[in-house]
Amino acid sequence: MAHSTHHAPMPLGGKLVTPVTVTLAALAAIAGVILLVRLVFGLGAVTNINDGYPWGIWIAYDVVIGSAFACGGYSVALLVYIFNRGEYHPLVRPALLGSLFGYTLAGASVIFDLGRYWNFWHIFWPGYAQVNSVMFEVALCITLYIAVMWIEFSPAFLEKFGKPEQKKRLDRVMFVFIGLGALLPSMHQSSLGSLLVVFGNQVHPLWQTVLLPLIYLMTAITVGFALVIFESCLSAMGFKRPFELDILSRLSKVMWGMLVAYLVIRIGDLVARGAILRMFEFSIEALMFLIEMAFFIVPAVLLRKPEYRRQPAKLFVSAVCLLAGAFLLRINSFLVGYETGSGWHYFPSFPELMVTIGIIAIEILGYIVLVRFLPILPKTEGALAAATK
Amino acid sequence: MTSRRDFLKSALSGGALLAAGTAPAEARDNLPQPPDAIGLLYDSTLCIGCKACVSACKDSNQLPMEFSTEEHLWDTPLDLSGKTKNVIKMYKDGSGENKDQEKDGFAFMKVSCLHCNDPSCVSACPVSAMTKDPKTGVVGYDESICIGCRYCVAACPFGVPRFQYDTPFPKIVKCELCRHLKPGHEKYDTYQFSACAQVCPTGATLFGPVKALKAEAERRLALKAGEATTFPRGKLGGPDSYPGKAGAYLPRIYGDREVGGTQVLKLSAVPMEKLGMPKLPERSYASVSETMQHTLYGGLIAPIVVLGGLVAVARRNMKGEPDASGKPEQED
Ligand code: SF4
Ligand code: SF4
Ligand code: SF4
Repeated sequence: MAHSTHHAPMPLGGKLVTPVTVTLAALAAIAGVILLVRLVFGLGAVTNINDGYPWGIWIAYDVVIGSAFACGGYSVALLVYIFNRGEYHPLVRPALLGSLFGYTLAGASVIFDLGRYWNFWHIFWPGYAQVNSVMFEVALCITLYIAVMWIEFSPAFLEKFGKPEQKKRLDRVMFVFIGLGALLPSMHQSSLGSLLVVFGNQVHPLWQTVLLPLIYLMTAITVGFALVIFESCLSAMGFKRPFELDILSRLSKVMWGMLVAYLVIRIGDLVARGAILRMFEFSIEALMFLIEMAFFIVPAVLLRKPEYRRQPAKLFVSAVCLLAGAFLLRINSFLVGYETGSGWHYFPSFPELMVTIGIIAIEILGYIVLVRFLPILPKTEGALAAATK
Repeated sequence: MTSRRDFLKSALSGGALLAAGTAPAEARDNLPQPPDAIGLLYDSTLCIGCKACVSACKDSNQLPMEFSTEEHLWDTPLDLSGKTKNVIKMYKDGSGENKDQEKDGFAFMKVSCLHCNDPSCVSACPVSAMTKDPKTGVVGYDESICIGCRYCVAACPFGVPRFQYDTPFPKIVKCELCRHLKPGHEKYDTYQFSACAQVCPTGATLFGPVKALKAEAERRLALKAGEATTFPRGKLGGPDSYPGKAGAYLPRIYGDREVGGTQVLKLSAVPMEKLGMPKLPERSYASVSETMQHTLYGGLIAPIVVLGGLVAVARRNMKGEPDASGKPEQED
């Protein structure tokens, strides 16, 4: 397998207590207090969910979008190990770390959304587990994937704590976990879309289709690539690291191909089902659909030529658009396009939002702490300078 | 360096593997109704809106009162909720003078679980807390199993299951056709079968085997509007009946076909959609969803094949690179 020349990952070092990390910790603490209130008084005390919208942003954002936004590790691993593109290797660890946090928190936060959380283990228990339920598949698959990711990531810890023997043994079987790490997200990212199929006509025809699993899967993979580009841009600015333009522009080519395929399938499906005309309705659903599609079409146009894919600004804007598009696809199909009867309304309450923000804060905080502490980002001159400061 | 051909080869095999997960499987049909299914027949033209059924339901299920008026004197639920399993809703148009007329009229509709033949709530529930009795077909709920995920609430096409948002120990509330009424239960002295049907003074809500209920519905549809007939009360085939006149029925039994059929059948003189009953296809959503799931994951064959392939590809692609986790040990 071919490697372009790059340096081994190493800890960034630097201070842990900064205004940024303190703010993030405070946001996390606020979310903790709100969750305590939820445990004592029930879900209605802090959220606006109701029987017309029994799933709010704790599901639609924290789990469905949160896990899609944690697909960096999955997409890059697919590229490197399955499609044999070794040149993307330096991206593996940072992407995996983002995924590890995104998924672990999505999995943990769902516990607070469960009304009868003390029974949560029933979902895995033979006799209780109901294998026809899409949610069963999602829950099992996400849990397994979280475990697989911690294993995939453990060499970073073993390196840190100087356990070369264990690391060697683990490396010998790592390909099994890499395979699982490619399979499991393909299964549950598509199943997150499948969750909606049983809702039938309660989901607007602009989103209700048996192709939902494919639509969700493809956007999760593009989001994975977009995220790597987005995070590289941010960490280039935040940690003053050089911008890895070479790799990123090549990555964006793969992302662009996937995006075009997605658009063909999405629009083809709408035409085939005769639902496409619904986008001209005068309704909030049609408007949100148009915005969603714009976020997918703009990057397809922006990145259409190789020279455009070498412009950091275009790359960054495209990545942000794709994140927004995948975000809207999920919000639209789970909330905007969902209607169980007239007279129901939902908009997240302030405490509900603060919990979601708190979870995002924990993710960012964890990322900052770990890249400073563990060998994750490739060594560069800039990082060396930062570390010796 | 990898040659371009090698890359194409491995890229193609990777892509083919991911696509292999979609082997076709047999479509699952709508589930059939159990032969001895029991249910209700609700005849909107007989209903006088007295809400005796609402109150008896509360009593039989020992549910708390719910107030929608200023003085908290009577139980006045406006909709199903975490405290209410059965309500009577009213349709009104224009002057609202004439019973069972679409224009300038009014009509009633009973809202409660329809005990679908192929229920979305059962298909959705990840832990078998919602189950369909294989003999009676009653869709029951077991709170000791439920995890409170509310997938059933979101999935039911009739908006039936409700969740309790105001307590740290919530559960799902939905009609279970009074399956708790068995000898020995403290309410069994008062009610011996579905309380709503037992107390209904007009037979608008009638309890019985679904097959017989359907025959009764067909008998009524065959009558001319205003024709003299007798209406059974309480339980179909029971001792109680009274003489009455046939309503101006629309020729349709709601629930006979909707989402694969239900065990609660409904008749009315005003279009069902006007009375709040949704227009639904004959194919059950549960069968659509489960066919899709089984196509992807049936017997776990496809995932295992794909996994085997992915592992093999990953192993080959990781050759010469003992450290899989991010640190290449060979550089070329
Ligand atoms: S008890 Fe019978 S008549 Fe009275 S509201 Fe209920 S269904 Fe109608
Ligand atoms: S009406 Fe709703 S709650 Fe009742 S069985 Fe059908 S899907 Fe389940
Ligand atoms: S809320 Fe309970 S009954 Fe409903 S789907 Fe979830 S686990 Fe099943």
